[in-house]
Amino acid sequence: MHELSIAQSLLESVRAQAGAHPGARVTKVGIRVGELSGVEPDALQFSFEVIVRETEFRDAVLDIERVPLRQHCEACGRDAAVVEFTLVCPDCGASTRAVAGDELQMTYLELE
Amino acid sequence: MERVEVRENVLKENDRLAAELRAEFERRGILCLNVIASPGAGKTSLLEHTLQALVGGPHKVAVLTGDIQTERDAARLARFGFPARQITTGGTCHLDARMVQRALSDVSLDGLDLLFIENVGNLVCPAAYDLGEAMKIVMLSVPEGDDKPLKYPSIFSRARLMLLHKVDLLPYTKFDLAAARADAQRVKPDIEIIETSCVGAPGLRAWFDWLERTLAERRA
Repeated sequence: MHELSIAQSLLESVRAQAGAHPGARVTKVGIRVGELSGVEPDALQFSFEVIVRETEFRDAVLDIERVPLRQHCEACGRDAAVVEFTLVCPDCGASTRAVAGDELQMTYLELE
Repeated sequence: MERVEVRENVLKENDRLAAELRAEFERRGILCLNVIASPGAGKTSLLEHTLQALVGGPHKVAVLTGDIQTERDAARLARFGFPARQITTGGTCHLDARMVQRALSDVSLDGLDLLFIENVGNLVCPAAYDLGEAMKIVMLSVPEGDDKPLKYPSIFSRARLMLLHKVDLLPYTKFDLAAARADAQRVKPDIEIIETSCVGAPGLRAWFDWLERTLAERRA
């Protein structure tokens, strides 16, 4: 359960970003969480709610976008979804590399 | 209402520190290996045997070992004469780059060839934290079961090498060696795999050879 540590880092990022908008209230925080990021979205949601409660960001809602794992095949150029974490091209059977799905990225803030 | 686009990694502070560490290791020619496995998989035993084998050899080695509590592992690893430092996380389930930086503050990096970082026993959380290592090594021990690569794909997909450990226990379990190998290759097609055991056949020869080869490549 490292989502509490992740939520803490996220809170620091939110605080740094919000600093550029004095007087504004943060109402929403957008984040992308990849399927392969090792972060469990529900646990992160819970941790974020707990951690902001005692801060000036208590009104902020966390908007988690789950990013599915995607693969690219160098052999045939195909981009495809990954099924059961298996990095194999559905067309030609070659080994592929993951091109999306390990993100852990803050994407936006909504301010009022 | 105003929307501000951000696009920044949540762990950017950790990533920044890890990049600093990596640059320092590369400048000094230090091979840093981040060893990750479940509790009880045999990380400390493997490192004990490895340090023992490196005693009197040409390489200068240091080891950091992470645990939630106790200094026991550092005491076990310090017996071989190389610097060994315990990182006690006090509840945190993984090491991060700041802990590594702090633990290295009293370790001399001069002339160091090899730095082992034994992560906290956990197949989930350590995957998210870059420690500045050249590569992650994941250990999967036979008693854990062969289904771990697909249950914990995040760590297996980030590892350069998988050690299939305690293979001397294969006759006593239903562990399917071929399935474990195939599943690791599903999540990481180019993962290297070595079978190891600290007590029986096939021993640790292949792992030591891999280490020597990787150290040599490092200096080339």
